[in-house]
Amino acid sequence: MAAKSNLTNMLLVLTGTCLICSALLAGIYSVTAEPIAQTNKNILMESISAVVPDGVQISDAKPLSVGGKDSEYYECSKDGSVVAYAIKSESAGFGGALTLMVGITTDGIVYNASVLSHSETPGLGANCTTDEHFKAQWKGFDPSSKILAVKKDGGDVDAITASTITSRAYTLAVKNAVEAYKNIKGE
Amino acid sequence: MTKLQTFTKGFFKENPTFVLILGMCPTLATTTSAINGLSMGLATLFVLVLSNIVISAIAPMVPDKVHIPVYIVVIATFVTILQFVMQAYTPQMYKTLGIFIPLIVVNCIVLGRAEAFANKHGILDSALDGLGIGLGFTISLTVIGIVREIIGMGSIFGYKFISGDGILVFVMAPGAFLVLGYLMVLFNKIAKKN
Repeated sequence: MAAKSNLTNMLLVLTGTCLICSALLAGIYSVTAEPIAQTNKNILMESISAVVPDGVQISDAKPLSVGGKDSEYYECSKDGSVVAYAIKSESAGFGGALTLMVGITTDGIVYNASVLSHSETPGLGANCTTDEHFKAQWKGFDPSSKILAVKKDGGDVDAITASTITSRAYTLAVKNAVEAYKNIKGE
Repeated sequence: MTKLQTFTKGFFKENPTFVLILGMCPTLATTTSAINGLSMGLATLFVLVLSNIVISAIAPMVPDKVHIPVYIVVIATFVTILQFVMQAYTPQMYKTLGIFIPLIVVNCIVLGRAEAFANKHGILDSALDGLGIGLGFTISLTVIGIVREIIGMGSIFGYKFISGDGILVFVMAPGAFLVLGYLMVLFNKIAKKN
């Protein structure tokens, strides 16, 4: 069965196993590194283009503080001038961090918002990614004439049924993005 | 034990989920829907077959005192390969299964088969054993996922057949325990009859 242990063979076998395994992993990594980067980039680009007007050029990530946290934003320009900003915004949801991508056009109106990642309850808070009525109200939301808070808190946002905490977190993330947008414009 | 028995024992006699009751953590956590259960099962199957083959091949050379670290390194290597590949080509699934992919390393089914079977048997037998146990695990997880998805969401493999919601608690953690418990009873009742 298994070989009898002594220092030499233990050392040799362990070192050998680790060497072979790391060489194998290095090989696989070099093959998959590019597709992984490409996939991640595609996911990001899709999430940005979903929340800004069609046919824009998306810039590289730029650092920005959103709601007191380090985040990033992307300039979206058409014909050389910036037409919208896509801002990544995170807030605390019911089950953990709720990360949104919020697109804001240069007139200060929210173009659209979408969920990048969340850990909300399936069937309840997780409906923030599927609930048509909830999602539709962000399209063209004008923060200068409407209040960014759920109706329960005296605002103009329709919450998802039985998911007030998620709706609040979603609203807060959009609000933080709008604040951050003002900072970008102020610069 | 014949080759066929080595392969089929994972389905009923030594079914990892319902009989050996191993790997409960990924079982409970990832079976929120049929497709999630199936993917987790297939991911484990992949690691199990390859680690069984390699471990049965190297077992005679591995000194007794360091066999566990060597096996874990082998298993971790395959899990990491799986992780790279899933990240590159099935990012959605990678995101859904999340932490449970790296945790296959410490899934007791994988190390359990290495210890209990692969290091005492030949390469072919070990491959069949891994395939059988892995398929048993996959089928069990898929069945749990199907039941939870039907009751919890009113859909099967994502196709909704009722309007509105199901009984949501079955998609959440308590539902996982309930479904697993009842399926275990059912499974063992059927298995005893045969």
